[in-house]
Amino acid sequence: MSDVADKQQGAKSRKGTKDADGDRRLNMIEAINDALDIMLERDPDVIIMGEDVGYFGGVFRATAHLQEKHGKTRVFDTPISECGIIGVAVGMGAYGLRPVPEIQFADYIYPGLDQLISEAARLRYRSAAEYIAPLTVRSPFGGGIFGGQTHSQSPESIFTHVAGLKTVIPSTPHDAKGLLIAAIEDNDPVIFFEPKRIYNGPFSGYYDRPVQSWAKHADSVVPEGYYRIPLGKARTVREGTQMTVLAYGTMVHVAEAVAREKNIDAEILDLRTLVPLDIKAVEKSVEKTGKCMIVHEATRTSGFGAELSALVQERCFYHLEAPIERVTGFDTPYPHSLEWAYFPGPIRIGEAMDKLLEG
Amino acid sequence: MANAKAEKTAANANANPAEDDFSLRSLQEAHQDKPRFDASEEQMLDFYRQMLLIRRFEEKAGQLYGLGLIGGFCHLYIGQEAVAIGLQSALDNDRDSVITGYRDHGHMLAYGIDPKVIMAELTGRAAGISKGKGGSMHMFSTEHKFYGGHGIVGAQVALGGGLALAHQYNDDGGLCLAYFGDGAANQGQVYETMNMASLWNLPIVFVVENNQYAMGTAVNRSSAETEFYRRGTAFRIPGMDVNGMDVLEVRGAAEIAFDHVRQGGGPVLMECNTYRYRGHSMSDPAKYRTREEVQGYRDTKDPIEAIKKTLMEKGKSEDDLKAIDKDIRKIVAEAADFAENSPEPEAAELYTDVLVGEY
Repeated sequence: MSDVADKQQGAKSRKGTKDADGDRRLNMIEAINDALDIMLERDPDVIIMGEDVGYFGGVFRATAHLQEKHGKTRVFDTPISECGIIGVAVGMGAYGLRPVPEIQFADYIYPGLDQLISEAARLRYRSAAEYIAPLTVRSPFGGGIFGGQTHSQSPESIFTHVAGLKTVIPSTPHDAKGLLIAAIEDNDPVIFFEPKRIYNGPFSGYYDRPVQSWAKHADSVVPEGYYRIPLGKARTVREGTQMTVLAYGTMVHVAEAVAREKNIDAEILDLRTLVPLDIKAVEKSVEKTGKCMIVHEATRTSGFGAELSALVQERCFYHLEAPIERVTGFDTPYPHSLEWAYFPGPIRIGEAMDKLLEG
Repeated sequence: MANAKAEKTAANANANPAEDDFSLRSLQEAHQDKPRFDASEEQMLDFYRQMLLIRRFEEKAGQLYGLGLIGGFCHLYIGQEAVAIGLQSALDNDRDSVITGYRDHGHMLAYGIDPKVIMAELTGRAAGISKGKGGSMHMFSTEHKFYGGHGIVGAQVALGGGLALAHQYNDDGGLCLAYFGDGAANQGQVYETMNMASLWNLPIVFVVENNQYAMGTAVNRSSAETEFYRRGTAFRIPGMDVNGMDVLEVRGAAEIAFDHVRQGGGPVLMECNTYRYRGHSMSDPAKYRTREEVQGYRDTKDPIEAIKKTLMEKGKSEDDLKAIDKDIRKIVAEAADFAENSPEPEAAELYTDVLVGEY
């Protein structure tokens, strides 16, 4: 993993670049850093904690310079104790603080599930709202970086399955900042998964093509200062009439690239938050197009696509003109050498789009 | 920082660990020098009254369970009363927080919380302290800084670390009293928390209520080190070995431990050796120990009988003490009536308090 991490760090801690129009452009790491910086500034109860987040500035540099700027009581390193980190954060939150723990990779979150599921998600319910757990657990997730099975997973459906948690996944620098601010301000526990493949640039899914940079992408324009994007509002990436594509994180960009290259008039929705889900936006789009395709990188069985598929079937059945298509990772551990066979890339998405159009 | 004297906090955890002004035995030595608290007669009467309230409450809870009025799980504190009363009578309730596991009725009663709302929580009624949504194992009180009541063995300890961190961060002078049992003492997250607590010099007293059995498993069948107070050594946390059947000894130990923490000395690990007379829960036939063993504790080590004897030596009459018992039985009977006759929560409560936000 260290090679990839080093490469990501190679992106260094730019404060962003100004484009010809004078707009500030940030990559996703910088946008996340900006959101954390602003929230540390605005709210003395916000605390950033995690493995390597302080002195080192985070394995992907998301917390770079924050300790220097805000001090060691606000931004500090923890031992490698994921269960302990999240448990301590739940206690801090119950007492009135607003901790933002980082779990270095989503693959490392499993020791913390006891705390996330039994404590963070349930504290409010069983105390009849006496105590809340307003923590935001940030964690890089997803593959496409040759990380193998312990640095590539997409475990979002484990969390969407737990009542009492919110799950947020941004797909652009602009959204990452606004959603992270909203997540930190939210009084519920939020799992904030950052698609690490697109930290430094959008990804078309063509791994053999040159890496793109965020600088040319419209949504890398990130305004200065505070703004928030409400949780539970999907984003229409592009409008279309032939089919609805539901995606989040990295897969938004892959689906968009395929639709563009195949000249398919697909309407692509970036869900942004899985819980709460913007079901109204989903219904509206599917009712319009009559066809629905779901794309995610996580394994297929009991993945979030299964939930989406059930919801669309329940709510839009009489508008559907073809069976719903799901394009997902396979039901295997995330592979190392066969990463691009596993990854639901342009070929599989393209074939599914063709099938849906024929259907 | 509350612990300005000690330089260690989360903010500067990398302070030189080699400097060694630390003795793992200093608190135990202080405790051995003066094991018992010099209580006034009035204080002793209070201890007697509070311990007796717990016992009579628990006896009644056992009866209600037998009648089917309390469902599910119900873990009685009978035999362990001196631990909660000895410790919590030494707290500063305006500043200090408490968190415990599932055997929590006694810790709630130790605050002087109305037994009615506790009993009504056991019977799952809307008037219960957590609206009946928590039940026996999950009770909370923001008013008293009581953070529960946690059904997952050992999970509350990490939350206690977070509460202590919040005390330190807010510089409010409070400490956290985090209880767990001899069974929970073998959970990994307990030691993650001890490491962080010592690393950051958190104001926390870890209390192992060693009642000799983790459900049906005797400590020597599950624990390589059965002297639990020694288990902080690896984290440079001083330990105290306390007779948990003697309320004055527990209180004496509490004074030493709390003073150490308030002086900025960092965490303390206190083992209170105690004994539960009843089964682990109501469904426990207790075949893992002999009747003689239980009877031996009741006959020779009972904490309530012991303080009763001391009070009588000081001139209280049998009748004085019987009058107190009579009052307590009345309070408990009223609590039981209340718990039996209040309504259950409305069905709509099923969906309240899941998430703060509605969607």
